[in-house]
Amino acid sequence: MVSDTSRLGFYLLLAPILLWLVLLIILPHVGLFVVSISEKIGPREYETGFDNYAAFFTEPLYWRTFARTAIMSILATALTLILGFPIAYYIAKLTRGRTKTTLFLMCMIPFWVSELVRTFGWMILLRETGVFSNVLQYLGVVSGPVEMLYNDAAIMVGLVYTSILFMVVPLVTTLDSLDDSLIEAGYDLGGTSTSILREIVIPHAMPGIVSGCIVVFMLSLGNYLTPILLGGKDSLWFTGMIYTQFITRFNWELGSAFGFLLLALSSFVVFLGLKLSGQSLSETMGRS
Amino acid sequence: MIPTVPQPAFAKWCYRAYVTAFFVYLALPLTVVCVFAFNNSVFPALPWEGFTLAWFFGTEAPYIGVFNERAILRSIGTSAFVAMWVSGLAVAVGTCNAFLFVRHDFRGKALLYMLMLLPLIIPGVILGISILVFSSSLANTLEDATGLWFDGLRPGLILVILGQFSFITTFATLVISARLQKFDPSLEEAALNLGASKWGAIRQITLPFLLPAIVASAVVSVLMSFENFNTTLMLVGSDSPLTITMFDKLKQGATPVLNAVSLLLIIVSAVLGLMSLLFQSRKQDQV
Amino acid sequence: MLRGDLLTVPQPDLVCQDLTKDFDSFRAVDHVSFDVPQGSFFSILGPSGCGKTTLLRMIAGFQSPTGGDLRIKGKSMIGVPPNKRPVSMVFQHLALFPTMNIGDNVGFGLRQRGVAKAEIKTRVGEVLERVGLPGVSARRVDQLSGGQKQRVAIARCMVLEPDVLLLDEPLGALDLKLREHMKVEMKSLQAAFNTTFVYITHDQSEALVMSDNIAVMNNGRFEQIGTPHEVYHAPSTAFVAGFVGEANKVTAKVSAMRGQHVKLISDAGTEMIVDTPQTGLDVGTWAEVFLRPEIIALGPANDDEGMNVQLGTVESVLFNGANSTVTVKDKTGSLMNVALPQTGAFANLRKGDAVVTHWDPRHARCYPVGS
Repeated sequence: MVSDTSRLGFYLLLAPILLWLVLLIILPHVGLFVVSISEKIGPREYETGFDNYAAFFTEPLYWRTFARTAIMSILATALTLILGFPIAYYIAKLTRGRTKTTLFLMCMIPFWVSELVRTFGWMILLRETGVFSNVLQYLGVVSGPVEMLYNDAAIMVGLVYTSILFMVVPLVTTLDSLDDSLIEAGYDLGGTSTSILREIVIPHAMPGIVSGCIVVFMLSLGNYLTPILLGGKDSLWFTGMIYTQFITRFNWELGSAFGFLLLALSSFVVFLGLKLSGQSLSETMGRS
Repeated sequence: MIPTVPQPAFAKWCYRAYVTAFFVYLALPLTVVCVFAFNNSVFPALPWEGFTLAWFFGTEAPYIGVFNERAILRSIGTSAFVAMWVSGLAVAVGTCNAFLFVRHDFRGKALLYMLMLLPLIIPGVILGISILVFSSSLANTLEDATGLWFDGLRPGLILVILGQFSFITTFATLVISARLQKFDPSLEEAALNLGASKWGAIRQITLPFLLPAIVASAVVSVLMSFENFNTTLMLVGSDSPLTITMFDKLKQGATPVLNAVSLLLIIVSAVLGLMSLLFQSRKQDQV
Repeated sequence: MLRGDLLTVPQPDLVCQDLTKDFDSFRAVDHVSFDVPQGSFFSILGPSGCGKTTLLRMIAGFQSPTGGDLRIKGKSMIGVPPNKRPVSMVFQHLALFPTMNIGDNVGFGLRQRGVAKAEIKTRVGEVLERVGLPGVSARRVDQLSGGQKQRVAIARCMVLEPDVLLLDEPLGALDLKLREHMKVEMKSLQAAFNTTFVYITHDQSEALVMSDNIAVMNNGRFEQIGTPHEVYHAPSTAFVAGFVGEANKVTAKVSAMRGQHVKLISDAGTEMIVDTPQTGLDVGTWAEVFLRPEIIALGPANDDEGMNVQLGTVESVLFNGANSTVTVKDKTGSLMNVALPQTGAFANLRKGDAVVTHWDPRHARCYPVGS
C-alpha cells in the first residue's frame, strides 16, 4: 500500500531525473539525428534526406579519418591494457597497507589534473626544442634537434597516458577481490604462473578488463585535445573534423551526421564488449 | 605471482623495474610542467636560464605573471562560477536520484537506471554538439514564435553549465547511491518510532549519514567541471573558462605563464582530490 | 633410524624435523618434529595464533621454513615450489574457482599435467562419484550446498592422487548440524581413499572424532602428540588438559606428598588428594589441578562415601540434554561444574539444594604451576 504523501515524494524525486535525462540527453540526441538528416537547399530551407551520410561515404578523407580514429583508438586501448595490467596486478596483489595506498594515490594524482596540463607536459618533453631532444643531443645520440611531436607515436603516447588510470582503477578493484587462496590453490594443484594467469586471474579480472577497455576506447575515440596538440593540424582525428564542421565551416548538418556516426561507433563497441563478456551496462559502469 | 609463492629473483627484479619505469612515465610530464614554471626564459623549454618567480608575480612584459594576467584571472573566475553551479546542481539531482533508485521500486526502473548511465558512454564532444544543436533550434523556434531574444539558449555560460551538469550528475548519483545503499533503514524506522516525522528522520538521520558522500561528490564535481574541455569547447561563448583560455594560448605558442597556471592547477587538483578521498575513507570508518 | 629398519618399518609419508619459522622477531613455529604414517589421519589442534596455519603452509610450500627439514615420502621438500610438491591442500574457504564449473575445477590439476582431455573427463567423473556427487560436472560452484562444495574441494585434490592431503579448517564455515555430519563423512572419505590426511583445527571435537593421532599445538610448539584417547585422558601438560575437553581448574598448594599421593590445599582453602605420576611437585609448590565434569560424582547431602568429599549447594542447573551440568558452590565459595548423571537420578535438582560432590584421586590431573 502506498500512501499519498509517499506517492507525492516519489514524483518529486522522479521529476529532476526526468528533466535532466529528457531535456539534456534524449531530446538533444533526437535533435542531433533530425539535423543530420536534413539538407540545406536554400537559406533557412531544408528537406529530409541522407545526403550528409552519403557525403561521408563518398568523400575518402571523411571515412578514412573515421576508420583511422577507430583503429588508433583500438590500438590505444590494447596498449593501455597491456601496460596497465601488470601495474594493477602489482598494486592489488603484491603490495599491502600503506605502500598500496601510496602507489594507488600516485596513480590517481595525474588524473585529477586537467588533461590540458598533461598534454602540455608532453609537448614540452617531445617538441624540437624539448627536453628529450636536448637530452639526446647532450648525450651525443643525435647531432641536431629532433622533432618527436606531430606524429602518430606522439598521439599514442598521449592517448595511453590520458586513459591509463581508467584501466588501472577497475583492474585494481577486481583483482583486489580475487582471493589469494585461489591463486595458491592453483599452484597447489600443479599450475604454473602462465596457466594460473590464463585460467584463474584473467577470467576473474574479466569484468574489470571489459569496463576498463570500454572506458578507454570511448575516451580515445572522443578525445580532441591530445590528437590536436600532439598530432598537429594534420592529425586527422574525427572529433577534429566534427569541430571543423561545426565551428569553422558552420555546416551543422554534416557535423551532426559525423557526430551521429561517432556515437554509433562508440555505442556499437560498448554493446559488443558487453555482449562478448556477457555483462550488463549497469554492473560494468556502476562499479567504476 | 603473490608473495607466498616463491619466484625467481630475476623475474621479481624485472617486475619492480617495470613498475618504477611506469611511475616515472606518470610523473614526467607533470614534473617538467612544474619545473619550467620557474625558468627565466620566455619559452617553456631548455636551456635553463636560471630560477625566477616572475611567471607568478612579474608585472613587466614579457614577464607578466599569473597573478597579473587579466585574461587568465578572469577565466579562473569564470571556471569557478561554472564549477559552483555544476557541483551544486549535480549533487542536488544526484541525491534525489540516489533516493529514487535505492528506496523506490517502480516500473521501468532498470531502463531509467540504464538511461542514467548513458552520459558515461557518450563522448563529450557529442554531448556538447547535441546540446548546442538542440538549444539553438529551440531558440530559433522560440524567437520566431515570440519575437523575443533567448540569449540563454545560445552558446555561453548557461549552456556550458548545463553541458557539464549533464554528465557529472551521473558520477554524483553513483557515489551517493553507493553510500545510501549501505544505510540501515531500521535507523530511520527507529527515529520514526521515537516520534520523528518522515522528513525529520531523513534530515536528522539519513542526510548526516550521506554527508561524506555528498561532500566527496561535490568536490569531485568541482574538479571534473574545472578540467572539462571537450563538452565546454562546443558550448562556450564569449566568456571562456580556464581550460579554453589555456588552449587558445597554447595554440598561439606557450610562454611559461601557462606552466605557472598549470602548477597552481596541479596543486589545487591534488589537494581537492586528496580531500575527496579523505572524505570517502572517513565514510568507510563510520560504517 | 638405522638403514635396515627401512625394510621392515614402512616409511612415514610426512616427516618434519625441528621445523622452525621466524617472522621478524616473532617465532611462529618452534622446532616442531613429528611424522605421519601412511594412510593415517593426523590432526594439529590448537588455538588461533598458535602457528598451526603457518606449519601447514610450510608443508604446502607457501612459506619457507627458517630452519629444520621437511620430507615427504623420504624426499626433502626444502626449496621445492608448491606446484611441484606431491601434496594437495583443501583451503579454509575451499578456494573453488568461481569462474569454472565443477568439472573444470576438479580437472584443473590434471590439465596442468597435460593429461588428455578424454582421460580427464573419465577421471573427474570417477572421483566425483567416489565423493558421492555423480553427474555434477556441468554445474556452477554457487549451485552447490556447503557440504557438496566441501566434497568437491576434496575431490579436486584427490584426483591428483597426492601423497598427503592437507586440510585447513575446512569445516569452519559450515553450520553446526552440517559440521557434525561432515566430521563423520570426512573420516570415511579418508578411509576410502586411504590417503594420509593432515588436518588443522581449533575445534577439539573435530580432532577427537576424526583423528588417528592428534598433535596439540601452543605458542609454536607441540605440547603433546598422541591418540585422541591419550590426549583426552592423559594430557601431558596443563595446557592440553585445559584446552582439550571441559575441565574445572583449581590452583592449589602441595601440603604433603607420599609416593603418588599428593595432598593439596586450594587457594580458597579446600583440601584435596590427588594421585599423580607428575614430577616436579614438592611440598610448598603451587600446582594446577584439572577435574573433568564427568569424573565428579554427586550424592545426597548426608552421603560421605568416597574421597575428596565436599558439601555444597547447587548454584545453577544448565540443562543441555546429554551434556547437562550443575554448578556447585562449596563452603569456601568456589564453583565446580559437575556433569549431571544420564540416569536421571538428579533430575529434580534445583538451585539452592544441598549436595555432596566426590571424586576419585586417580582421575584428576595435576601439574606444577609454570610448567
